[in-house]
Amino acid sequence: MKNYWTNLDKNHAIDTTSINEKITDTEKSNLEFLEDNEFVEMATSRRNFLKLCGFSVTVAALATGCETPITNAIPLLIKPEEITPGIANHYASTYFDGNYFCPILVKVRDGRPIKIEGNDLSKTTKGGTTAQVQASVLNLYDSERLSTPLIKGEKSKWEETHVQVMSHLQAVTKKGDKIIILSTPIISPSTLKALDLFKEKYPTTEVVYYEPVSFSGILKANLECFGKQVVPSYYFNKAKVIVSFSADFLGTWLSPVEFISQYAEGRSLQTAGNVMAKHIQLEAGFSVTGSNADVRIPIHPLEEGNILIALYNAIATKSGADLLPENKDYQPPFDVLSIANELWLNKSQSLVLSGSNDMNIQIIVNGINQLLNNYNNTINLDFPYLTKKAIDEDMTRIIAEMNSGDVGAILLNDVNPAYDYPEANQFIAALKKVDFSALLTDRITETASHTEDVLALDNFLESWGDYEPKKEEYSFAQPCIPKLFDTCSFLECLLIWTEIKTTPYEFIKLTTQENLFPTQTTYTDFDNFWSIALQSGIFVPKEKIEIIKTVTKEKQKKVEKEEPILDINKKLYESSSKINIKKDKNSLVLEMIPNIAIGSGAYANNPWLQELPDPITKVSWDNVASVSVKYAKEKGIITGQLISINNTITIPAFVQPGQENNTITIALGYGRKNVGKAGNNVGQNSYPLLKIVNGEKLYHTDVISVTFLNTEYPLALSQTHDVMEGRSIIRETSLKQYLEKPSSGNEEREEILKESTSLYPAAEFPGHHWGLSIDLNACTGCNSCLVACQAENNVPVVGKEQVQKRRIMHWIRLDRYYAGNPENPEMVQMPIMCQQCDSAPCENVCPVAATMRSNEGINQMAYNRCIGTRYCMSNCPYKMRRFNWFQFAKNDSFDFNMNNDLGRMVLNPDVVVRSRGVVEKCSFCTQRIQESKLKAKLEDRPLKDGEILPACAQACPAKAIVFGDLNDTKSEVSQRFNNPRHYHLLEQLHTQPSVGYLTKIRNIDNDINKEEV
Amino acid sequence: MIYESPVRDPYVIGEKSYHQITEDILKPIDKTPSKAWYIVLYISIVAMCIGGYSLYKTFTVGIGTWGLNNSVTWGWGIINFVWWIGIGHAGTAFSIFLLVLRQKWRTSINRSAEAMTIFAIICAGLYPMAHMGRIWLCFYIFPYPNTRGPLWVNFNSPLFWDVVAIGTYVLASATFWYLGMMPDFVTIKERAKTKLSKFIYGTLSLGWNASSKTWNRYEAISYILGGLAAALVVSVHSIVAMDFATSVIPGWHTTIFPPFFVVGAIFSGFSMVLTLVIIMRKAFNLQDYITSSHIDAITRILVFISLIMGIAYLTELFISWYSGNGFEIFTFYRNRVTGTYSIPFWLMIFFNAVLPQLFWSKKFRNNLTLVFIISLCVNIGMWFERFIIVVTSLSKDYLPANWTTYTPSIIEVGIFIGTLGFFVFGLCLFLRFLPIIAVSEVKSVTKRTSETPLEH
Repeated sequence: MKNYWTNLDKNHAIDTTSINEKITDTEKSNLEFLEDNEFVEMATSRRNFLKLCGFSVTVAALATGCETPITNAIPLLIKPEEITPGIANHYASTYFDGNYFCPILVKVRDGRPIKIEGNDLSKTTKGGTTAQVQASVLNLYDSERLSTPLIKGEKSKWEETHVQVMSHLQAVTKKGDKIIILSTPIISPSTLKALDLFKEKYPTTEVVYYEPVSFSGILKANLECFGKQVVPSYYFNKAKVIVSFSADFLGTWLSPVEFISQYAEGRSLQTAGNVMAKHIQLEAGFSVTGSNADVRIPIHPLEEGNILIALYNAIATKSGADLLPENKDYQPPFDVLSIANELWLNKSQSLVLSGSNDMNIQIIVNGINQLLNNYNNTINLDFPYLTKKAIDEDMTRIIAEMNSGDVGAILLNDVNPAYDYPEANQFIAALKKVDFSALLTDRITETASHTEDVLALDNFLESWGDYEPKKEEYSFAQPCIPKLFDTCSFLECLLIWTEIKTTPYEFIKLTTQENLFPTQTTYTDFDNFWSIALQSGIFVPKEKIEIIKTVTKEKQKKVEKEEPILDINKKLYESSSKINIKKDKNSLVLEMIPNIAIGSGAYANNPWLQELPDPITKVSWDNVASVSVKYAKEKGIITGQLISINNTITIPAFVQPGQENNTITIALGYGRKNVGKAGNNVGQNSYPLLKIVNGEKLYHTDVISVTFLNTEYPLALSQTHDVMEGRSIIRETSLKQYLEKPSSGNEEREEILKESTSLYPAAEFPGHHWGLSIDLNACTGCNSCLVACQAENNVPVVGKEQVQKRRIMHWIRLDRYYAGNPENPEMVQMPIMCQQCDSAPCENVCPVAATMRSNEGINQMAYNRCIGTRYCMSNCPYKMRRFNWFQFAKNDSFDFNMNNDLGRMVLNPDVVVRSRGVVEKCSFCTQRIQESKLKAKLEDRPLKDGEILPACAQACPAKAIVFGDLNDTKSEVSQRFNNPRHYHLLEQLHTQPSVGYLTKIRNIDNDINKEEV
Repeated sequence: MIYESPVRDPYVIGEKSYHQITEDILKPIDKTPSKAWYIVLYISIVAMCIGGYSLYKTFTVGIGTWGLNNSVTWGWGIINFVWWIGIGHAGTAFSIFLLVLRQKWRTSINRSAEAMTIFAIICAGLYPMAHMGRIWLCFYIFPYPNTRGPLWVNFNSPLFWDVVAIGTYVLASATFWYLGMMPDFVTIKERAKTKLSKFIYGTLSLGWNASSKTWNRYEAISYILGGLAAALVVSVHSIVAMDFATSVIPGWHTTIFPPFFVVGAIFSGFSMVLTLVIIMRKAFNLQDYITSSHIDAITRILVFISLIMGIAYLTELFISWYSGNGFEIFTFYRNRVTGTYSIPFWLMIFFNAVLPQLFWSKKFRNNLTLVFIISLCVNIGMWFERFIIVVTSLSKDYLPANWTTYTPSIIEVGIFIGTLGFFVFGLCLFLRFLPIIAVSEVKSVTKRTSETPLEH
């Protein structure tokens, strides 16, 4: 192209200057004065000084004024097929923490898991979850997880670590010393296979299982009675009478998520045709299960065995079986015969269980179930739980072996005996005698300081896995995020140490191909089968389903014809005589139980769980010593007063109605010393109080001394008034009254409806009218909805001090009230969220119209508009609005998950993080409603009933919460609103809530008409 | 027997000339203030600093620094707001009601009462602001045309009516107060020695020329403004009452609230006037102008209002029982008459409804110390009344699971101390720089018909 000149001078210049020079020229023109000799040599004059000033200010402004480039955002060059930015994917996976298992769906948004939901394809959990499962997603983003393996406390690389571990293992094998793998129960078929291969390579290896909350009593009892060391499957839905001795099966025992669902089914009046299971709970401390029972009898832990023998004998008299020797001095404090009658009447449709870890007690329980013909009806030994494997005696044995020097190496897989073994010091001392020790864990724990190596474990959301939680019931786990840190899974370590050149993924695939693929006929191609199995997350071989349906029936017939196959009578005699020697039943006993939020204490660093109020005591951020009302009165103890028990533990007392008079109950899992910022030094460790008798762990111990300190300890209580004051808040009736009149207990509603009138026209909802109904008869108070809501809606954690000031931010609250005799009251619970009133008191008082009702009946909050006058909160009769008292995110005063980059990754991008000074509340998960509406619109179809599931409804294992369109007369929620049991909370105020409740029904014969505590 | 009407006491004691009156009242403006004045001023400044720090904490850290919680979402902020607003009723009630009713004795008190009103309302106005979660967005509460589409304030909300009512009230009372001072400013200007004060007071007087036309207009506008503001006295506190009355909370949801609040406000305002006037006449030797018969008149009004208060309390209790509403009955009988907050409740009854009854006796009315103590007690009693209303209803409302107690934090107390400091600080400046008694008005009431005119 021709160069056109603009003037004569330029014309000349262009001819002679090359392009390169031209560029230099332009650069020079900008900066030439810097190169100018005159400039360099110039004198420091005022003019020059200003010139330089001006230049430097401009440069500084240009350099810093521009936005710094974003360094981390890397756009997807080639978009992966399944990822659309802004659209969440759900991957099927499995939660297993060594104790509870739960098939789950992981909601992944833009590459990060943000929410866990239940897998509704699972026939066992039916889409339910527990609070711990809901909270587990936060464990992934725990900033205190180990980022690399450690050798002798120094950071190391995996290659080096593996080499070091293997050289130790080889040396030990060569020497002929023992290698012990102390592990949490392993239910992964491929890990078990890898362990076998490991044993082949290192033949001196022994795998020992260890569980802080032990089921060893049941395992041994079943071995003794039936020759199978298993925990059987229980079918609460098939039982018409459930008698539970201190087994908190709706809270913490075995597999609550499954049992809640079965229990709700068995007690649901809609499906079971007016037949409702009767539940009798005998326990010392008040549990969630006890609160749901129709009859709750406080018993002393030491008399449990005697009562069971009495019960056995009462039933045996009816069946004609031999009686067991009874302690003549012992008289049960209640009518055992009536319980026996009830069980006998429902023979083969009943269930007796015990939470005791005493083998003898469990043998008697087995005997009773045998007499009642419950095996293969409500209990199944053929498809047992595989999640419980630890035998207590093993621990005592290996400690002895370690002390004797026979053990050359010990690998601790995700266990923490330095914290949760009752005789932790003995274990630590023994550990020192072992040449090589390695701990596989996700963080520096109490045990970590005593082992040579600390190997950083993956989070379960980062690795592949396969599980067999119950026999022939499989589920899979797939990684939902690349590893956040330099970590390994246990399987990966095993494969490397065994020198198998394969990845965990390939190994699991191979195991599945070998084990599971042949058990089915639907798929002929393995890859197809594999992808379907991963997609659904669960796999149940066809045979099992058939077996449950048919084979059990055959067995049942067999059992009916013949007498018990195994003669357990001898065992029963032995056990009962052992039980009878047991001592004084009037002495003060301390009982240690896990609680719903913290469980065994492994996830004590999860602030969501720490802040979750205990459903019974309503205490968060602490464990307490629950004492009975009578004991407290006698000793003059008040709630919060510090007491010292056996000079080993100093803990605040809590006066607990319904607590057995001679017991003190303390939750396990607290008092961690080394778990992380949130969990360190919260509460007191009660594991050291457990007693080991003949190798068996006993979860109760004698109280030798109690000292009452005059110090009051501030407890973070989220509810302090425990009675309903005669107000019809939770409406309740008995089964008898219900059968006579379905609306019994709900009479107030009729009266209110009769008088209900308004000067104003009723609100109109032309499109949808969202409503939510909670069945108080199904709700067990498991707290799953609370955590689900917290995870879904970015609800901040406020910490102990603020909970104490009654500023908890939860959008759902579980109110609990007591009624009746304070020494053995009935307890009722009610989940309350914003009631989304059609005539909302909060709306008309907001001066800036920040809260308004949508045309779909949702009372919505415009956070941007809110100025924080809190008038709406004052005027809310339910007090379900929450105020951001402080800046809860990115504030060092609230150093929880929202104060670090990693922890904030869990935040749901669909829900705004509220700023300081703004009022917030339940929105019916409006983001989920919107998502489903858009989806239906794109697919050009009307919304289906049940398609929209708010987080709380999704998480509920009892399916107590139903959400839907009230304008659709066929929707489940509309049907519930027409149920005679339906009512609204404080409906006399004419707030016209969109949240309804169904009355609670207790299966008792007498009328419900009780006084309050 | 023929009823003989008593001869009223003179409004100004001693046969004072106009010059003497001017001298007596405006003395503080000429003199260097006393040591006591400085001490009080400094104390008030310290108190304001405490308040300033507390506000700083509130604004930077959040409302979490207060003692409020999920159930008791309103506390000292609202209690003190209502309390200050109540006190702020005195001035206007004094000037306007008594002006309209032609009670001439008001002339020696109305100026200071009005000053008190202004400072009290400023203190009160601070609270709704400080109380907001996001004070930086407080302008959202004003109905202003904006670019956000049809986004408007919620005209249904009593809190919005509050903004309007209080805003109007502040403007009206400030105007009234200022207008009243105009003739006196000229007097001060004429007496002033320095050029600066001449300039300032001259400017403040807006060119007052004391012509009869000016006087005529001045009086006309006083009556017009008075007439308008009289309605405001009733409306402001009625609307404050509606903050509570329009809610659904037991103990708040009552129709008696608007008149009950207005009467209560006047009650607390008058007693505050009494407290201050007793101090002022002593400190500035104004016993001749604010005579014991003035005090006597105020105490008599207090007896009357106290009776109304007593009846209001009884009515509330009766209606809550008569309604048969369990929630109301609980709030009144188990959370006020008895329960955690029974001590403040009975203090309130005693201070507001019982103690002022002593004023039936002339002996007690003439005992200045006693009058002073009782006037203080009434102020405390009225504070407790607001505390009882705000806290008891919120702490135990419908669902027992929400029940909790409330204790104010240091920050809340600090803000209250700050407002007290500001109030005293404002009054100190007022006493030092402005005519504390309406000079021109007092001059008009020095003569009595029964007296022979003074000879000049």
